[in-house]
Amino acid sequence: MVTAVTSMGRSGLYDWLMQRISAVVLLAYFVFVGLVLLGGVDYASWKSLYSQTWMRIFSLMALLSLGVHAWVGIWGVLTDYLTERLMGKTGNVLRFVFQMACGLTMFTYLVWGIQILWGY
Amino acid sequence: MLQVSLYRYNPETDQEPWMQDVEVDTGGKDLMVLDVLELVKGKDPSMAFRRSCREGVCGSDGLNMNGKNGLACITPLSETVKNNKLVVRPLPGLPVVRDLVVDMTMFYTQYEKVQPYLQNNNPAPAIERLQTPEEREKLDGLYECILCACCSTSCPSFWWNPDRFIGPAGLLQSYRFLADSRDTATEERLSKLDDPFSVFRCHGIQNCVNVCPKGLNPTRAIGHIRNMLLSRAV
Repeated sequence: MVTAVTSMGRSGLYDWLMQRISAVVLLAYFVFVGLVLLGGVDYASWKSLYSQTWMRIFSLMALLSLGVHAWVGIWGVLTDYLTERLMGKTGNVLRFVFQMACGLTMFTYLVWGIQILWGY
Repeated sequence: MLQVSLYRYNPETDQEPWMQDVEVDTGGKDLMVLDVLELVKGKDPSMAFRRSCREGVCGSDGLNMNGKNGLACITPLSETVKNNKLVVRPLPGLPVVRDLVVDMTMFYTQYEKVQPYLQNNNPAPAIERLQTPEEREKLDGLYECILCACCSTSCPSFWWNPDRFIGPAGLLQSYRFLADSRDTATEERLSKLDDPFSVFRCHGIQNCVNVCPKGLNPTRAIGHIRNMLLSRAV
């Protein structure tokens, strides 16, 4: 049986709300970055933009939002297609493995992102 | 002659389901799909399907016709047939008992979960519980459901998690009682819907709205439930 143990917050409403909030943050971030890129950038202006604290906070917020958004979304997809109903116990094992792989990927991106944002 | 392809499966004799091709003489008339099935059954009595009122009220003959769920009795051939070909299958996602007859247990189990009856702990008044016309109006578009299961069986979220996701039909009825001014169990009802499956498996793709033979809108009802959960939580 598919349960809510590995969902984001074990409440449907919480997951739903977090997915919406993170979507708004991601939209704002990508629209902003898109506009900056459209305005034309060179190394110096790009570096000075990303050396400002507010931009680093904004970027970290977007990165965290990506993690939250991806977790809720992937959880939804995996609990549809990799389940005990469809493929027996294998479904549960596969789903858990996939979810851990996604979690590890997101965690790596997060740490790596922090390193990039504050490391240069 | 109309080319008809029918899903056949008799668990006592067939290893697996198969499609039977038959030609049906419609006499050039724009028959309902149910009429065509009756013509087929007239020649081959082994063909099994459910039917009762034949006028879109009982909800017995929900079927998948040329890929779209609907009631066979109120679906004219002109609406569904393309290139003179009609393919009839049972409602998707539910176990097939025989031919076009499906086992609706999972559907009814989800319906039962939402406690589809009025709950009111206050002492009953002498005559009846009154509603204003405005309060009564809120139930329009909710109470008309005939439980034909066309919506829930067209919903991928219900296909993959029929044991956890209540499905559009059940949720429409859930909201029918959440919206009822005479019902006092709103809080208990909502607290049973907060998990990640019961309501939140709905991703709003509106297959249910697309197929409902009564023109109802379960997606909108689900949105109302979500808003009720949200305003109760924040």
